[in-house]
Amino acid sequence: MTNNPAQALIQFNNLTLGYEMHPAVHHLHGQILTGDLLAVVGPNGGGKSTLLKGLMEEIRPLGGTISWPLGRSQLAYLPQRARLDLDFPLRVADFVSLGHWPRRGAFAAIKSTDKQAVEQALKAVGLTGFGKRSLDSLSGGQLQRVLFARLLLEDAPLILLDEPFAAVDEATTEDLLALIKQWQAEGRTVIAVLHDLHQVRTHFPKCLLLARDVLGMGVTETVLTAENLAKARKMQVLADPLAPICDLDEVEVQG
Amino acid sequence: MIDWVYQALFAPFIDFGFMRRALVGCIALSISATPVGVFLMLRRMSLTGDAIAHAILPGAALGYMVAGLSLGAMTLGGLIAGWVVALLSGGLARITVLKEDANLAVFYLLSLALGVLLVSTQSRNIDLLHLLFGSVLALDNEALILLAGIATITLILLAVFLRPLILECLDPDFLRRHSKVGTTTHLVFLALVVLNLVAGFQALGTLMAVGIMILPATAARFWARQLDQLLLVALGLALLGCWLGLLMSWHLDLPTGPAIILVLGSLHIFSLFAGRDGLLKRWLHPNKHLKS
Repeated sequence: MTNNPAQALIQFNNLTLGYEMHPAVHHLHGQILTGDLLAVVGPNGGGKSTLLKGLMEEIRPLGGTISWPLGRSQLAYLPQRARLDLDFPLRVADFVSLGHWPRRGAFAAIKSTDKQAVEQALKAVGLTGFGKRSLDSLSGGQLQRVLFARLLLEDAPLILLDEPFAAVDEATTEDLLALIKQWQAEGRTVIAVLHDLHQVRTHFPKCLLLARDVLGMGVTETVLTAENLAKARKMQVLADPLAPICDLDEVEVQG
Repeated sequence: MIDWVYQALFAPFIDFGFMRRALVGCIALSISATPVGVFLMLRRMSLTGDAIAHAILPGAALGYMVAGLSLGAMTLGGLIAGWVVALLSGGLARITVLKEDANLAVFYLLSLALGVLLVSTQSRNIDLLHLLFGSVLALDNEALILLAGIATITLILLAVFLRPLILECLDPDFLRRHSKVGTTTHLVFLALVVLNLVAGFQALGTLMAVGIMILPATAARFWARQLDQLLLVALGLALLGCWLGLLMSWHLDLPTGPAIILVLGSLHIFSLFAGRDGLLKRWLHPNKHLKS
């Protein structure tokens, strides 16, 4: 852990997240610094998406807290499977302009400078000239680029990506990775749930390995060791319905 | 020839005041109810309009029993009955296990049964035929002002709530993450549906009112691929349907409400085959595509 609390953006204090008493993230300690580019890896059911939902305050912690030493940051979030109604008859440009929501809200008008920003965002994700196309005419990769363009416009200091490259081809992945690196260069903090360990090792300086319990958090090479990965593979896939109440908190207090 | 066209298409409106009033009323109704119908369709709530239309009946009947064939009393009664059913359905869906469609089925049936019961206690059934089938040829100034007022309110509210209205359907999670207007938007929208159905039953009757909402929207979907085009095409089809429907009713001496709805239905069937995304195109050019 870094000894520079002034820079800590997010602090996990013995955080347990889960559903109906079953923990999905178990007793997480640690912090995320401003400007971090952090990959969250681990097996399915290991609590990766749950952690992001906890950060989005979509679920409440079963135990512990998430604290924001610098105040809760504005977040932009790309869910794992966006529940989009793609049959809705709307143009790509209109959809991307929803990224202006944090500034324009539900009712304010979209200005001409906002429209230029939409075109720039489309250019940044490699979709110049796609503004007038219908949403339903896009391929999977193009749709992911459109969602990234909307994230770009949200202009949030903290960006959460849940499996952004699932079902996306190599070229698209490369382009979007470049965008993520640009976000980091601009001083934003990016947390991404990923599966491709090679990708994590090449592009993400920091890593959190979650298999319900935290198996490692910090510099990527020190976390993704053969030993840690073997432990992650051994994680019990199904939550034990007869598991007793966890007494780790009490042990800690006594110890 | 020109004279024949004039007689067939324009003379009734130029020669007779009540036909002009009917046309003006229908134009107001088209401008107001059609965009609401487009959103009903896009939100997959096409049948919700139908159910709420049935729910309005007891309110209108109560108004009629209290004050006779009074526009104010029947409108108010209809609004209250419609809103109670819509709010109960939408509200209970958010706090209990039953979803909105199930709640709506329950409360509109209760409301309809109550309405039929009330109507059956009345002996003057002629008047009640107006209630069920509308009286677009008997719109007075008061009714026209009501229709225009409802159109004004509807357009303003739709313009204000346009963005959350689209987003609640397109990407509800995004809306929830960024704003709390989702529930308000839904309730405002249900209120608009009720308001427009009440407007519609003055002219077309309780059972036909939903037709001028949904049919132009469904027909327009075969022509338009974007929301703005969809709204304009639907409005155009609604206006065309009202005009032709009024003429058909005039020349063939048919009841007006069903005539308008039948014309709108014919426009739908025509669009189903001839529209840009219609069936004919698929049958005639099944395998054509652009060069790669």
